[in-house]
Amino acid sequence: MIRKKEAGNNLADAADASQQLGGTPRRKYHKKINYAKYGYLFLIPFFLVFLIFQLVPLGQTFYYSLFEYYFKLGITAVGPNFNNFQNFITLLAPGSVFWKYLGNTMLIWIIGFVPQIILSLILAVWFTDSRLKMKCSGFFKAVMYMPNLVMASAFGMMFQMFFAQSGPVNQILMDLGVIAKDSPIMFLQNTTSVRLIIAFINWIMWFGNTTILIMSGIMGIDESIFESARLDGANASRTFWQVTMPLLKPIFVYVVITSLIGGLQLFDAPQLFTNSGVNNPNDSATTIMMWLYTMIRTSKNYGMAGALSVIIFIFTGILSIFVFKTMVPSYNAIKAESKSYKKRMKEYKTDSHVMLTNGLLAKDQGGNL
Amino acid sequence: MKNNQDQVKFSAGTLTAGNVVSLRTKKKKNEKVSLGVYRFFVYFVMIILTIICLFPFYVLLVNSSYSSADIMKGFHWWFGGSFAANWNTLFNDSNIPLLSAFGNSLIISLSASVLTVYFSALTAYATHIYSFKGKKIITTFILAIMMIPTQVSAMGLVMACIDLGLTNQIWVLIVPAVASPVTYFYMKQYLESVLPFEVIEASRVDGASEIRIFHQIVLPILKPAMSVQFIFAYVSNWNNFFLPSMLLENRDVKTIPIVLTLLTGSSPATFDKGEIYMLLTVAVLPLLIVYLIFSKGLIKNLTSGSVKG
Repeated sequence: MIRKKEAGNNLADAADASQQLGGTPRRKYHKKINYAKYGYLFLIPFFLVFLIFQLVPLGQTFYYSLFEYYFKLGITAVGPNFNNFQNFITLLAPGSVFWKYLGNTMLIWIIGFVPQIILSLILAVWFTDSRLKMKCSGFFKAVMYMPNLVMASAFGMMFQMFFAQSGPVNQILMDLGVIAKDSPIMFLQNTTSVRLIIAFINWIMWFGNTTILIMSGIMGIDESIFESARLDGANASRTFWQVTMPLLKPIFVYVVITSLIGGLQLFDAPQLFTNSGVNNPNDSATTIMMWLYTMIRTSKNYGMAGALSVIIFIFTGILSIFVFKTMVPSYNAIKAESKSYKKRMKEYKTDSHVMLTNGLLAKDQGGNL
Repeated sequence: MKNNQDQVKFSAGTLTAGNVVSLRTKKKKNEKVSLGVYRFFVYFVMIILTIICLFPFYVLLVNSSYSSADIMKGFHWWFGGSFAANWNTLFNDSNIPLLSAFGNSLIISLSASVLTVYFSALTAYATHIYSFKGKKIITTFILAIMMIPTQVSAMGLVMACIDLGLTNQIWVLIVPAVASPVTYFYMKQYLESVLPFEVIEASRVDGASEIRIFHQIVLPILKPAMSVQFIFAYVSNWNNFFLPSMLLENRDVKTIPIVLTLLTGSSPATFDKGEIYMLLTVAVLPLLIVYLIFSKGLIKNLTSGSVKG
């Protein structure tokens, strides 16, 4: 009897909830069982953990960024003494190493990213080209995605071994007669080659991932749009620039910015590659994150590390806002442009959302670079 | 590319010459030839890229089968006979706690991934099914924190762990996995596309409790999304280096990426190169083998996003 009554309430409430899901809450039904309480209950673990392991440490980081607080020789504590924004002023002063390390990070990112995005666009077009009917495309995709799963730290160390004075690269070049037997190229002592190698690690790790992102973006575009472009006599390059690219813009912008955010976090590969400073001519491979790492772990300069964290936080924040701002209007623009394809575009939008998630995953892993 | 230009030329040609039939056959022939060239070029690039992606790992494997002296002598294109010797050196090296590192990496990655997947599903379910006050603010908040790099709050966490004596505690690296905004977002997208409210409604009518509905109805539906997310969470935890290397100082709690630094940290002259290559092989290969087994489904899932029902 009681059970029956409960079930009845449940039904009423379910109807109520489904109405609310539809966007028009109906207040006629009186809630007997408070389902909202389960909503809160299920959210507790997430927010509790987030509070303890993310928000409080973040607050502490922000707090100490306003203090002079470091350990002399890593032992004797100096501070914490409140010194307003002095840390930020020191950090951002012209001639500060911050600019140098930021420059390194950005340079390495650009060297790796530009070839990566161009190649990924080409590959994505090839993979989705229906005329090509490529065999083994699954195998190629799997292999190209593979480096993404390898530890960035292992990559860093591996390439340090490969490009060493007596490493395989020099040995192969000698075998091929490109260089003389007794004059190996000192890859690890040269500013340019060190940066190039780290950029290459970035490239090899991420081009497969970017290809798959862009590919699914292209697959989200209605095939009939390409078809009509072809019938209108547009050649491949024109189709690409005037049909594919405009429709791909949201995902393209998304890929660029998330990659930039990932690039700012470049750490594992250069850290292991430079072997804690050995193969780092003129600090040319020191990234922002490597600097932060040294400040937290080795020099224990918490005040400055806090200030640097805040700067990275703000920078990432601005970039993320940009991501979301560009994603939304581009959908609207696409929708407005082609009303006849409204239904398809709607699907395209959901596909882009899925892409957004996949891209974020990529970014998530980018944190381990 | 070429064949399309031909197509344009062809249509221009028909207008002037009017000899449709012969042009059409010519065009077909041209198209076939240029498509063949195009295809050849595409395969050529694909094979080059495949070689670039696989060659480093091949070199790694080959070099791990030579002694340090042989590696220094010159490059080898085929495997040598010191694989077992290097293996023994590595596993008997008292400076490298390899087995415990494997154990730690395994424990951290497995439990963190389980936590990530389970609690992300729970959180996504909560914001998808229930309507409550502040829901919109909460979802927007999770979306907003998604992009924040974990490194930004690392300093505060490290300071707190030092103050509370929590360094060298593995669970400090496991528990934060509960709050994973990215996985949450993916799960929510998936739920929106596959979970009809009627299913929940029907279960409620049947008298199932909310917790039971989640475990017996929703989790099985979420299985495909969960398995993909599990793999990603596992990989990113397995490869994680920044925070663990700050928190795990003791020998017996180190993970694989930290152990890698132990060999590079020693003096370059005394390196046993065969041993380092073996260590890298051991660190990298198991995951790659597992990946190659599952890659088909994974790539498919990545491309089509979540498989929509």
